[in-house]
Amino acid sequence: MTAGTVTPYRSAEPSGHDGFAQLLRAEWIKFRSVRGWVIGMVIAALLMLAVGLLGVQVNTTCTSGPHAPVRHGAACLTPIPVGPGGEPVTDNFYFVRQPLTGDGSITARVTSLTGLQQPAASSGPNTPGSQHILHAVQPWSKAGIIIKQSTKQGSAYAAMMVTGGNGVRMQYDYTQDVAGMAGKVSSAHPRWLRLTRSGDTVTGYDSADGIQWTKVGSASLSGLPRGVQVGLFATSPTHVYETSSFGSGNYNGVPSLATGVFDHVGLSGQHGGAWTGGAVGGRQGLAPPGGGSQGPGTNGETEGYQQAGGTFAVTGSGDIAPVTGGPGSGAGPSGTIEQHLVGAFAGLIAVVVIATMFITTEYRRGLIRVTLAASPRRARVLAAKAVVIGLVTFVLGLVASVIAVLVGNGLSRNQGIYVFPVSWLTEARVVAGTAALLAVGAVLALAVGTILRRSAAAITAVIVGVVLTYILAMASLVPLPVADWLLRVTPAAGFAIQQSLPKWPQVSGVYGLPDYYPLTPWVGFAVLCGYAVLAMGLAVFLLRRRDA
Amino acid sequence: MSAGQAAMPDTLHAEWTKLRTVSGTTWLLAGVVAATIGVSAAAVAATKCASGMGCPADTTKLSLTGVYLGQAVVVILAVLAVGNEYSTGMIRVTLTAMPHRLAVLAAKAAIVGALALVAGAVAIAGSLLAGRLTLPGNGFTAAHGYAALSMAHGPTLRAACGSVLYLALIAMFSLGIATAVRDSAVSIGLSLGMLYLPPILIALTVTNPVWLHRLQRYTPMTAGLTIQNTTGLHGLPITPWAGLGVLALWAAAALLIGGLLLRMRDA
Repeated sequence: MTAGTVTPYRSAEPSGHDGFAQLLRAEWIKFRSVRGWVIGMVIAALLMLAVGLLGVQVNTTCTSGPHAPVRHGAACLTPIPVGPGGEPVTDNFYFVRQPLTGDGSITARVTSLTGLQQPAASSGPNTPGSQHILHAVQPWSKAGIIIKQSTKQGSAYAAMMVTGGNGVRMQYDYTQDVAGMAGKVSSAHPRWLRLTRSGDTVTGYDSADGIQWTKVGSASLSGLPRGVQVGLFATSPTHVYETSSFGSGNYNGVPSLATGVFDHVGLSGQHGGAWTGGAVGGRQGLAPPGGGSQGPGTNGETEGYQQAGGTFAVTGSGDIAPVTGGPGSGAGPSGTIEQHLVGAFAGLIAVVVIATMFITTEYRRGLIRVTLAASPRRARVLAAKAVVIGLVTFVLGLVASVIAVLVGNGLSRNQGIYVFPVSWLTEARVVAGTAALLAVGAVLALAVGTILRRSAAAITAVIVGVVLTYILAMASLVPLPVADWLLRVTPAAGFAIQQSLPKWPQVSGVYGLPDYYPLTPWVGFAVLCGYAVLAMGLAVFLLRRRDA
Repeated sequence: MSAGQAAMPDTLHAEWTKLRTVSGTTWLLAGVVAATIGVSAAAVAATKCASGMGCPADTTKLSLTGVYLGQAVVVILAVLAVGNEYSTGMIRVTLTAMPHRLAVLAAKAAIVGALALVAGAVAIAGSLLAGRLTLPGNGFTAAHGYAALSMAHGPTLRAACGSVLYLALIAMFSLGIATAVRDSAVSIGLSLGMLYLPPILIALTVTNPVWLHRLQRYTPMTAGLTIQNTTGLHGLPITPWAGLGVLALWAAAALLIGGLLLRMRDA
């Protein structure tokens, strides 16, 4: 080491700022100083609102009878029962019951579960003369024992049941489902069921012989009153069938009935003594064969029960389950909160154009050379651009989404459309997710614009990848398997983040397009993010390698 | 040529040279063909007709699914024919050499339209061929009531020729928009938005039957593509040729507005 080193020249001027914050500021100024882009973003938000709220233009009219006055709009809203968890539920079944006070238990043996089903309305030419009632039990037809807060729809319950195709189950409070013994019930293989109440806790047991009991599960029904209803029940959900394999939403539903045969019915505890039968949620049945307006149940195909000695045959129709979207939900004109956010794809078209121009304009004008000369670390430039365009889009998208949902829900109520209630967490995910969907779409467009450096090709690529695939799938323009595949592997999978209704494995329903996306919300969104990350990676790689 | 006023054949020749010598044109034309046939073939391959299931009845329409994607490439082709002139400043040279502006636009429209027709004809022929070869293997056989796709079948011939014309009209439509807007990016967004927005409105949002009917009859893509239907013609919201006519009106209106603005504005 020499003693006298030469100090290199340092300017007295403070060094220039080249931090990321300065880069962000530079990109933000570039964005906001182009009037067309700012206007374009506002147009994107307005498009989103306009398209989303167009759907609420329905003039609901209804009447309760031939001589009753016709009602309009909000007066038509049929109340849908709400379960203990706040979720909309179906609560229709036939109930043979007694009051039970305090702790106690019910035991019953089920020896058979059979079903009847209305024939499909317009079956094809391959099933001629199928206007007879079909003898078929639905996979989720149910018969069993139940302890229920009251006969009011939506009240708390716990039940042990045999099902048509899913073995013994313990279900409680509509959303909870625990599997018990597998296999079908028959007189050769009867199923013993038991429910025991102790305070707020109801415990379910099953057995093949009435001697060896196995605990299936235990339900904590907080706030269960001392006096409850206990008894036998049967119910059978709507049979939903596909009318066409092409496109989406081609489904129809027909009612079905299930009959459970019980014996060895035993009650312990302080109970009423006499059995009363009644349909919870109104008496239902099958329409008589060959149509006609004689009302349900002319041939005895209706809900009810028969008792002969210690043997009960209980026949019911409906379901005790959370409501699913789509056909068979039993709701009148209904909607989901994400229906008010359908406009996202329209807004996305405008956002994609602006986000692509955010980089391609630099190439066209040669500004990219100034930008990269001022900030030679190229990856950071692209990152700053992504942050700016992503944040701007997210904020505007969030504002538009919140307004769309708030206004849409209000308008729907006025028009007599029932909007499925969802938890605030789900609502936040759907609303913020829609904004995030737009923001990620913008980043994807920015990256593709950087890769291709030409606005025309880049914009078309992103619009085709995200918007066209969504349209092909949702507007029934391609066969159902293709639509399903498109919403799994293309960036359009990200729209799944808007899904508000959950899929229930214990409810037979149509979990297909357009009500249900093939992927779960976060997985679908991850697919879109994956595309954006890949595109950004490639964009950074090319931006570094190529001359500007 | 002594007067300096370019005659129409020369204008056409100039536009043809400009478009021919840009490498992108060849790729885009190939893209139209590949995108159309690719998507059509995929849609056909994915559709099975098992006995007892409700099969999609219109095999011709199914085989022409690729037009949904092919038209996007046609839009790029048409938009760039105008947009590139503005982005490079070439438009000033063009208009100096050929001051009769409407003739320039007409020449551009003729060249782009002809290219779209050629590419469209290849794409549609390929799509129908893919359908003809694949469909019988997927259960669409005579036993299930489906004849093999054939141009001898009147409605199929109409759907095929109509789809080619559809692609050419889409080119006219987006060319008009690009002439009016003068920016490739915005033109493409606007064109694709006007094409792709209405089908979703019809499928998911609009429930008012009056508006639904209007959207089905008078929006460019939905009306124009009714030309592809070969079955259930009585249930269509608009007859096939009238639907294509609606798209022709949209294209004419776009060209008219583009032409007027081109005449009125400075380049």
